[in-house]
Amino acid sequence: MSGGRILEKLDKVDRRVIYVLMALSVIVPLALKLDFPIPVGSGPSMNLYDYIDNLPEGSTVIVSYDYDPSTKAELQPMAVALCRHLFSRHIRVIGMALWPQGVSLGQQAMSNVGDSLGAEQYTDWVNLGYTVGGAVSILRMGSSIQAVYPQDRDGVPYDSIPMLNGIRRLGDLQMAICLSAGDPGIHAWVMMAGDTYGLPIGGGCTAVSAPEFYTYLGTGQLLGLLGGLRGAADYETILRQRNPGAPRGLATPGMAAQSISHLVIMAFIVLGNVTFLLGRRARKGGLK
Amino acid sequence: MRLVLPLAVTFICGMIMVLQFFIPHRPFSSMGERLTDWYMIVASAAIFLGAINLIQVHTARIQHRLRNWQYSPVVIIGFFAMILAGLFWGVEDGRPFDYMFQTMIVPMGATMFSLLAFFVASAAFRAFRSSNWRATLLLLSAFVVMLGRVPIGDVLWRLVPGAAAGAHPNLVNEIAEWLMQVPNMAGQRAVMIGAGLGVVATSLRMIFGIERSYLGGAE
Repeated sequence: MSGGRILEKLDKVDRRVIYVLMALSVIVPLALKLDFPIPVGSGPSMNLYDYIDNLPEGSTVIVSYDYDPSTKAELQPMAVALCRHLFSRHIRVIGMALWPQGVSLGQQAMSNVGDSLGAEQYTDWVNLGYTVGGAVSILRMGSSIQAVYPQDRDGVPYDSIPMLNGIRRLGDLQMAICLSAGDPGIHAWVMMAGDTYGLPIGGGCTAVSAPEFYTYLGTGQLLGLLGGLRGAADYETILRQRNPGAPRGLATPGMAAQSISHLVIMAFIVLGNVTFLLGRRARKGGLK
Repeated sequence: MRLVLPLAVTFICGMIMVLQFFIPHRPFSSMGERLTDWYMIVASAAIFLGAINLIQVHTARIQHRLRNWQYSPVVIIGFFAMILAGLFWGVEDGRPFDYMFQTMIVPMGATMFSLLAFFVASAAFRAFRSSNWRATLLLLSAFVVMLGRVPIGDVLWRLVPGAAAGAHPNLVNEIAEWLMQVPNMAGQRAVMIGAGLGVVATSLRMIFGIERSYLGGAE
């Protein structure tokens, strides 16, 4: 087979070959339980951990689960790791969602972690549920949370929930954490709760949307940020380093699969460019 | 009147929201709160409109046997199954609504998003070409960030003699973080400031009745 033919074949690799290799690059590391060390230095993940770690016991934090099942793989490990950290420090958690399907995912995270750490619903955590309106709802919560949430997800009136006694507006809280897969999400929380009411904001987001939030990190409008599965794995790693009994978490095992799949994508990009450059050189030679 | 009334409503509501931001005291603060309450009620009503629209669209697809109409009954059945389960048994843990959400919607949603990895790999192979120096720069940056965002980047770097014991054992991660915190942040900030100015300009045009396209093309 001539060089030109090989070049042509490589340039027109069937996409099913790419799909199979991608699938294997994810499945094999998970099946073999490959493990790579995750270095966590000073950075957005560590900043978020340190801020939460320095909150006084008995503080109340609102966590907004602004995502849906499509991004569960990246954001649910963050939710679980954050709940584990908050509950282990006896910090009360108010859950809510600006995305309808985030309600059940938040419930799952708070309920499972709460059960394992002895945190009780309505005493240590509550799920207020979904609210429509995005940024406008956050703005309203700045003057009255009860105006937006007269009752929680299960229909229990706001006034009869013990942990919400004395909490009337966002200013009565110590921090807000937004786990966001898009809009409404971190932008709304930073603009409304952070900039308008001065509430400290932490965030977690998908890897593709992480770059846009670095500008908030630079200005201090965002205390810390967990970006994608790596951000979640960072948080789990810090949790384990500081609390040796903490479980391995959901994101850490996925880092090996993500590592290998990144290498596979890079290999395809290199292959595509080699065929492109050789093809261009051949075409130039032909023209001459 | 059809034009004046919505323009007047927009002007009054817009001015109240602007004023309550700069003068957070009565009567503007309470008027602003009242308007945000109304907004949430109107937005809630939009959910019902969306639901009705969904049913209309899929019913029409079935009636006219449009392309892929076979999927429409699944949408309608799923829609009503979730509504009825929520109405009759509630949405608490372990109820039919929660069961369907956890065992059907969650895995299906995750599956749809997971397909992105395959499309990204295929698209990157065919389209991510170093056709000029700018594209090459983008390509190299992407490689560094892709390696720096996963642990294997530094594992590979430490295979270089002297790297593991050197001053920067996590060099790839550090370079990726620098790319995110300096060039990326500068670009993102420019985009955000531009978008912010655009939002302010468009909002003012709407409040003062210059921009009217949101009224449905009325001149």
